[in-house]
Amino acid sequence: MTKMTYRDAIRSALREALRTDPRVFLMGEDVGGYGGAFKVSYGLLEEFGPERVRDTPLSENTFLGAGIGAALGGMRPIVEIMTVNFSLLALDQIVNNAATLRHMSGGQLSVPLVVRMTTGGGRQLAAQHSHSLEGWFAHIPGIKIVVPAVAADARGFVLAALRDPDPVFIFEHATLYPLEGEVDEQAGPAAIGRALVRRSGDAVSLITYGGTLGTTLRAADELAREGVEAEVIDLRTLRPLDTETILASVARTHRAVIVDEGWRTGSFAAEVSARIMEGGFYSLDAPVARVCSAEVPMPYAKHMEDAALPQVSAIATAVREMLVAHG
Amino acid sequence: MIDRAHALVLLRQMMLIRRFEEKAAELYTLGKIRGFLHLYIGEEAVAVGAMQALTAEDAIVATYREHGQALARGIPAGSLMAEMYGKANGCSRGRGGSMHFFDASRRFYGGHAIVGGGLPVAVGLALADKLQARPRVTACFFGDGAVAEGEFHESLNLAALWKLPVLFLCENNLYAMGTALARHQAQPDIRRKADGYGMPSAVADGMDVVAVEEAARQAAAHVRRGDGPFLLELRTYRFRAHSTADPELYRKREEVAEWKQRDPIVLFTARLQAMGILTDADVASLQASVDGEVDEAVGVAEAGPWEAVQDLTRDVYTATP
Amino acid sequence: MPILTADMSAGTLVEWRKQPGDALKRGDTIAVVETDKGLIDIEVFTPGVLEKIVVQPGATVPTGTVLAIVRDTVPAAVPASVTAAPPTPRAPIIATPSAAVVPAAAPSDRLRISPLARKRAAELGIDPAAVHGTGPGGSIRREDIEQAAAARAAPAAAKPGGALDRQARLRQAIGAAMARSKREIPHYYLATTIDMHRAMTWLTAENLARPVPDRLLYGVLLIKAVALALREVPELNSVWRGTEPVRSDAVHVGVAVSLRGGGLVAPALHDTAGQSVGELMRALRDLVQRARSGGLRSSELSDPTITVTSLGEQGVESVFGVIFPPQVAIVGFGKIAERPWVVDGQVTVRPLVTATLSADHRVSDGHRGGLFLAAVDRLLQEPSRL
Repeated sequence: MTKMTYRDAIRSALREALRTDPRVFLMGEDVGGYGGAFKVSYGLLEEFGPERVRDTPLSENTFLGAGIGAALGGMRPIVEIMTVNFSLLALDQIVNNAATLRHMSGGQLSVPLVVRMTTGGGRQLAAQHSHSLEGWFAHIPGIKIVVPAVAADARGFVLAALRDPDPVFIFEHATLYPLEGEVDEQAGPAAIGRALVRRSGDAVSLITYGGTLGTTLRAADELAREGVEAEVIDLRTLRPLDTETILASVARTHRAVIVDEGWRTGSFAAEVSARIMEGGFYSLDAPVARVCSAEVPMPYAKHMEDAALPQVSAIATAVREMLVAHG
Repeated sequence: MIDRAHALVLLRQMMLIRRFEEKAAELYTLGKIRGFLHLYIGEEAVAVGAMQALTAEDAIVATYREHGQALARGIPAGSLMAEMYGKANGCSRGRGGSMHFFDASRRFYGGHAIVGGGLPVAVGLALADKLQARPRVTACFFGDGAVAEGEFHESLNLAALWKLPVLFLCENNLYAMGTALARHQAQPDIRRKADGYGMPSAVADGMDVVAVEEAARQAAAHVRRGDGPFLLELRTYRFRAHSTADPELYRKREEVAEWKQRDPIVLFTARLQAMGILTDADVASLQASVDGEVDEAVGVAEAGPWEAVQDLTRDVYTATP
Repeated sequence: MPILTADMSAGTLVEWRKQPGDALKRGDTIAVVETDKGLIDIEVFTPGVLEKIVVQPGATVPTGTVLAIVRDTVPAAVPASVTAAPPTPRAPIIATPSAAVVPAAAPSDRLRISPLARKRAAELGIDPAAVHGTGPGGSIRREDIEQAAAARAAPAAAKPGGALDRQARLRQAIGAAMARSKREIPHYYLATTIDMHRAMTWLTAENLARPVPDRLLYGVLLIKAVALALREVPELNSVWRGTEPVRSDAVHVGVAVSLRGGGLVAPALHDTAGQSVGELMRALRDLVQRARSGGLRSSELSDPTITVTSLGEQGVESVFGVIFPPQVAIVGFGKIAERPWVVDGQVTVRPLVTATLSADHRVSDGHRGGLFLAAVDRLLQEPSRL
């Protein structure tokens, strides 16, 4: 076991993949010469050369589509879209091709494509650079969506995605890159579709993923000081969603708060809430609550951005109110 | 000189496409084929001529107006007809319909309904071939409408930049659905757009199957040599509406009539007869043969089974063993 | 009228381009049709001669309507359709989350009750823990609470004051239960006339041999016959759980008892099939007395697997009952009256009773219901074996 950053863990996985499988190659904006916009692919161009670490023009739709074509042609491309904000330019290829080619061809084709994107706000980058749209992507059948929150999963999901015959989209929250965690570099791929209980408790289930895991754990610590033991679940995968783990937790705690950086309306949290209602109705002592981003394009000023994003205080307050009203 | 045997192949393929499309039009009015139907009537020379330049190893990406390419590629007419009926014995198991023909065994990658949507996929297929050092060509068919999409420009740029083996084939039938070329392109000379990407290009008469074949062979040779992508513009015309739903308010009947005088099948037949290598009996025999093949295809479609509704969600993901 | 555009369901014939007698070549335009996309030509696919125009210009007709008759000069190219229509899509597959398993770890002492039912229980003063739930997985629904309230409201005399209130609430609860029954259960009704001659003759003789307190009422024979008949048609002895019937092993016949001041309860005679008529008579007497005095046990209210209602005493000829959910059948008996009857080809006078079955069509059909009533009849012809 080594302590390494989330960023280094991803790089470790990319390096291992490039070394062991000649079909793997990276493709994206500034992944090569620049070393990666978030320094994830730093050093890989020098190690593996420009055929395998390819800088692309600013043509998201086309280089993602080229990733699809290359996957159809027997390669294992890892396409990097610099951030989810730019992925909007590639939605046609993602939704109309990556997600559909298997089905539209009656099962003849499969698209073993891996796409990595940085997501999330909190760095004062304002309205066009702060989106959390992984919930939108989780709406589409035909693709898989993973959201690693810790370094070990950041590494493990790259390996898992490369083994998956279907398109896998990995969303990395921008604030997580410098986060340190324990990583076993001998470990195999992480399990796509399995959520994990990161903290056990009996008073309420706090359900979250990705960039808000840290905030949620800190909220749990604060509540513990008041004698309220919260259970924290890291979803790790949005599609397919691990409903079983969620329901098992709610069966123990009887209360749920979902923490999601997406905007509240039509958020992924709404989907989780619906599933709890469908499968855990009789376990609930209180309506499911959601702590999401405020319904506003991300403002620039720090205090405003902080007010827009899910914070420890909002999560703790939601739990307290729930206990008071429905204790 | 044209070799008679080869000429008969070309003529028969064009006649097969023509008869298949006419039959499809009829079946649509009877409600056997549903959704959208985009007919290739008038453009047969393009698919047939271009396909001569491709080998079984090469890949094809096409548009929603892909019946001609599919038939010329050798996908059985019955399989295509069944697909349009929505039957389980269709080439895409009935999941795609007229706009989404796929045949992995013949490297036929669709059937794309988003204008321009196939170009990036073609670029990727070519990239895979280059990275694995396979000397194959990826032929990408698209219409004049697609040249307005960003994907067209991005794809030409990327293919040229990375010197990928893509044969870009623009079927310029002068209309993007209802919008004439001159009304949507500041530079209507399509082949010139390749200049902006440092890519070689050519243009050929899309109503002359021999000219198309000739131009396609040259272009494919360039690509196959490893000299990078090529843009070949084929100037053609569709005799029917954009799809079945189109009352064609955007073009004059006189224009259609004028182009019909350059019907590729009529032109080729006349030329071969003038050369003395084709007789009326040959024509009648070919017509009977393609009529029979299309009728048989309808039979295959009529007899085909419907997929069970219980199988609705299969093939969304690859089932893990 | 051909289908010319993707969603077309009708079109307007604007103009005929050919007249009867005209030869038609493939590709000719025969008519012009107006659709919501504009004017579209109808082309000829098969050569022929136009014989007769059926639809006139200006007419709007559905697609598929014959517009004209054409005599083929070439055999029809389109084969007679051998394709069956595509399978009618069943109700859309409602994807309940595949992993939405109620975890086994749920503590068993936790009540499965909906928030609405809980609220209603508080309003009606019912202890939910004592209520039998009929929702999925045995969960308690509002209707279950209201039924329990209806049953509990029966012992009105024991409670001081508020009797009128209680009556109203009882009526309301019964009303709710009956309304729900009619709303949710597709009832079907069967009736048969049973010759009670043998049964009544046996009863008279049997009662002569019994001390007065042990004498049997004919009603108990009817009840026992119903209980035994259920062995032959066991699905009528089911209980509806959520989305499907669940067969009960034991038969607990609910006996409809009218209450002073109005209202009805139908408590169970437990294990009706296993008791002798004598035992049943004693149990029935005790049940009726406790029903009218408010001493019924909740299990007696929630356990019936089928109900028998008899309005013979009121002089009613036949009664078609409303099924008490979650049961799936109710058997009714009218009065026993002397009527003309045919025996061995001769008209004679017999004591006849009309027996009826109201049954849940989701669980059984008329054929099975008929077998049940036939069995009741047959059993009542051998009263000594009841």
